[in-house]
Amino acid sequence: MTTLSPQKTAGPAMPTLERVTQARHHRTARRRTVVVVLLVLVALVYATSLMVGKTFYPPSEVLAVIFGQDGSGATFTVGRLRLPRATLAVIVGCCFGLGGVTFQTMLRNPLASPDIIGISAGASAAAAFAIVSLSLTGAQVSAFAIIAGLAVAVIIYLLSYRSGVAGTRLILIGIGVAAMLDSLTSYVLSRAAQWDLQEVMRWLTGSLNGASWEQALPVLIALLLLGPLLLLTSRDLTATQLGDDAASALGVRVNRTRLVVIVAAVGLISFATAAAGPIAFVAFLSGPIAARLVGPGASLLFPSALVGALLVLSADLVGQNFMGTRFPVGVVTGVLGAPYLIYLIVRTNRTGGSL
Amino acid sequence: MTTNHSLTVEGLSLGYGDRTVIEGLDLSILPGKVTAIVGANACGKSTLQRSMSRLLAPRAGSVLLDGRKVHELPAKQLARTLGLLPQSPVAPEGITVAELVGRGRHPHQGLFSRWSQEDDAAVAEALEATATVELMDRPVDELSGGQRQRVWIATALAQRTDLLLLDEPTTFLDVSHQVEVLDLLTDLNRRRGTTVVMVLHDLNLAARYGDHLVMIAGGRLHAAGTPAETLTEESVRAVFGIDSKVIVDPTSGTPLMLPLGRHHVKHPSA
Repeated sequence: MTTLSPQKTAGPAMPTLERVTQARHHRTARRRTVVVVLLVLVALVYATSLMVGKTFYPPSEVLAVIFGQDGSGATFTVGRLRLPRATLAVIVGCCFGLGGVTFQTMLRNPLASPDIIGISAGASAAAAFAIVSLSLTGAQVSAFAIIAGLAVAVIIYLLSYRSGVAGTRLILIGIGVAAMLDSLTSYVLSRAAQWDLQEVMRWLTGSLNGASWEQALPVLIALLLLGPLLLLTSRDLTATQLGDDAASALGVRVNRTRLVVIVAAVGLISFATAAAGPIAFVAFLSGPIAARLVGPGASLLFPSALVGALLVLSADLVGQNFMGTRFPVGVVTGVLGAPYLIYLIVRTNRTGGSL
Repeated sequence: MTTNHSLTVEGLSLGYGDRTVIEGLDLSILPGKVTAIVGANACGKSTLQRSMSRLLAPRAGSVLLDGRKVHELPAKQLARTLGLLPQSPVAPEGITVAELVGRGRHPHQGLFSRWSQEDDAAVAEALEATATVELMDRPVDELSGGQRQRVWIATALAQRTDLLLLDEPTTFLDVSHQVEVLDLLTDLNRRRGTTVVMVLHDLNLAARYGDHLVMIAGGRLHAAGTPAETLTEESVRAVFGIDSKVIVDPTSGTPLMLPLGRHHVKHPSA
């Protein structure tokens, strides 16, 4: 190896190569630790959600239900209520976490999350319309949600396009579109013949009430198909953070990457929204939390999915058991997310633009 | 590493929207040499360079790398031969120097391949070459302009390409950092044979550091050759529209352009 610099780096410490290798090992070790800890936490909260509730069931009984060896009251409560509910929480949490961090990375701005820029609101309005006004169910609702999610993505993209898309313009337009779509959801709900509070809460803030396996299946399929697709493009996606020109110079097909990533992320968000409503701020919070945990520079997709799952699971556990009344999950995540949103906006104001 | 890649431009026309920026341009980049591209603002020099690195598709004509059209080469394969440092790359928030330089390894990594010892070696070498080893663990956004530019060049070096294109690598740098960056690029060229093509706005630095000077005016090639052949009072008038005096730089022997302007000239015929 030749040294081109005039001053010889005969440093007191190690040779450069060793330092580079060591720094990288530190980073991967930290990342691995974070992922393992998150996995353990998700498993713990998942297990707790199965045990805790109006009646407490010890792990032995819960396991018996899971393996189908139990005939007692636990079969219904754990098997039909808690198990699908906790599983749906994990699945939609992963979807929101992945979809959110993808948009934030692509647009280089933590405010550019799909739940802030109207994509969740679009999916939610369409799903509410399909269920409440058209009395549709299952796959048809998902189809409505995903078409609306994609349509919103295209609309805000076109509205903010002026010789290139600037992040801030897209975000502001997205916030406006989100407000319009939220009022549309309210309108649909108020026009419905018989609407109940449960449904209203689901489509306004997100809720896991009445979760069933039939509800979880389409989201699970979407996650199993689109999640790996996103993880495969994650290296190209992180390269685009350097700017379009620099990414192209590194051999990334920028436009193709962006298209794949948008479709996959919108798909995940829309399927999750069709099942559980637009659970407030999960997409928005997961990426930044994961970034704090694993440190800058690394790919955030997988850690963000786990953070999303952990957020939804824990928020639902808290909302159901520890707050006096039973609150839907979106109310709890909303309480967590709002202060962070304010913090970000204050910081944007102070730094004058880019985040 | 030897460089015998040929990069040529044939009948190239480029534009944005309905505006034509470059028209019918032919150019050969000399392998193993430093080429400096100069011209007035908005003459199309950066646009030309963007197209040479596949960022902009030609309207007519072609850019050929070893006889193959760059716009038809697989993106990663091209990125292993030809690197580009664009004018304003963005460093992700909080990223450290070592990590940013590591991003330069992207074209060498496959979909599933893990980070290899060779990747580490390339990063270490790039850090040493740019004297940024001591900055390795610092966040890029805390560095000075000159340090940051060296780090970006290190990122391009980690890509280990035989051809390196740089779009105004000295913009926003004070004179000491300008010289530092240009010396570094010259080292790279002389010791490794890397072909360097850079857009510069300082004509005198271009004449000093370029083996080959390419002058663009109004989207066309005005002149190409050694600085001594191309940088003349006539060419400065044609390309930049000003009267000047061109003398021999007493320190380097390359041509030195002194703009005349309307004031302060006491000996116009000196």
